[in-house]
Amino acid sequence: MAVDPLIELRDVNKYYGELHVLQDINLTVGKGEVVVVIGPSGSGKSTLCRTVNRLETIQSGTILLDGRPLPEEGKALAKLRADVGMVFQSFNLFAHKTVLQNVSLAQTKVRRRKRDDADKRSLELLDRVGLASQAPKYPAQLSGGQQQRVAIARALAMEPKALLFDEPTSALDPEMINEVLEVMRQLARDGMTMVVVTHEMGFARSAAHRVVFMADGRVVEDRTPEEFFTNPRSDRAKDFLSKILKH
Amino acid sequence: MNVLTDNFSTYGEGFLGTVELTVYSSVLALVLGFVMASFRVAPVGSIRVFGTAWVTVLRNTPLTLLFFAVLLGLPRFGLVLPFQVFAILALGCYTSAFICEALRSGINTVPTGQGEAARSLGMTFGQTLGLVVLPQAFRSVIPPVGSTLIALAKNSAIAGAFSVTELLGTYKTLSELGYNIVWTFVWIAVGYLIITLAISALFNVLERKWGIAR
Repeated sequence: MAVDPLIELRDVNKYYGELHVLQDINLTVGKGEVVVVIGPSGSGKSTLCRTVNRLETIQSGTILLDGRPLPEEGKALAKLRADVGMVFQSFNLFAHKTVLQNVSLAQTKVRRRKRDDADKRSLELLDRVGLASQAPKYPAQLSGGQQQRVAIARALAMEPKALLFDEPTSALDPEMINEVLEVMRQLARDGMTMVVVTHEMGFARSAAHRVVFMADGRVVEDRTPEEFFTNPRSDRAKDFLSKILKH
Repeated sequence: MNVLTDNFSTYGEGFLGTVELTVYSSVLALVLGFVMASFRVAPVGSIRVFGTAWVTVLRNTPLTLLFFAVLLGLPRFGLVLPFQVFAILALGCYTSAFICEALRSGINTVPTGQGEAARSLGMTFGQTLGLVVLPQAFRSVIPPVGSTLIALAKNSAIAGAFSVTELLGTYKTLSELGYNIVWTFVWIAVGYLIITLAISALFNVLERKWGIAR
């Protein structure tokens, strides 16, 4: 894989004050590739995910999207973000809008689609995540799993080139995790480029093309799931896996 | 007791003067407050500094001093306008600082994730603020904005000292005519009550309509 790079990070460094959260990160994600980022908490994996659409700024290095560097601010950055969908740990559905409006809003305001066309597409996407019947409800009336599926539909509505998932199942009850993972698996099968920060090792094994293991702000391993889970090279990864795979 | 009936037109003029000052200054304060609140959360540093300076200067200047500055200062720079317009400028700008801070506290009640989600969908700063953050902030700022506008209505009395026709100023005319000072002020107070209670009622309606938490 990785013949046709979509997301490239080159020597990326980020500090929070003294704390060096991302240290010389180099990572390439090819078109259609599913990269799962795992690692202990505080390892910088969420930050890494958020730098790709510049919700977090970086101090040095370059991030390229489709061969072009990320714009600093303003309209150009907004345009780029429209092409990179993001799904958050805490869903972040617009609380004052219905499910349908949540999915349609950016289509009409950013993509300039007509309201009817946007709503039609929204309903198709909601149907795809199994929630067409919930369209008139408000986010607070849905379960966590349902909200997260709406959030995925909202991101897909922009027809993004890539999707970033920042711990999409970490705030969910165990029984709701699978409904979200199933939607993500389907997306992976459909060839969507995805960067997924997660603790779901089952998902990493079954859906990822590559697993990136991060610790202390560095990429420690970057390999296929098969290699990583059966034969981790670094002690750090061995230690991590022994802790999470035991129970 | 017959102070009111004898001088209904004087009271009426004063009352209307205060209503005009209140309405025009409120509109100015709301617009400027909205702009300044946007400035204070803007991604561009220099714009944020401007918003902060605006609030700091206007909120910390005594209103009477601000009236002097506007009414006596601006004509020196060749800006000559009717005193009523100057009074509206002074009141509106002064109150905008308080409106700005009320709006900003409302913006801060909206979880950061809402703005991040909007930005991640490609919305510009203006769209994020206008479509996602402010509509949610609006619900929680209705009560403090109402209080600020009530304060504005009462602050407008200062304009009377600068020969702008308004409600409190009517006492001068009436006491010269020899009317009982207590009753003169009772009716003035009633006039202010009508205005402030009307503002309260308006904001109660707004709160019932928009203030529901979902």
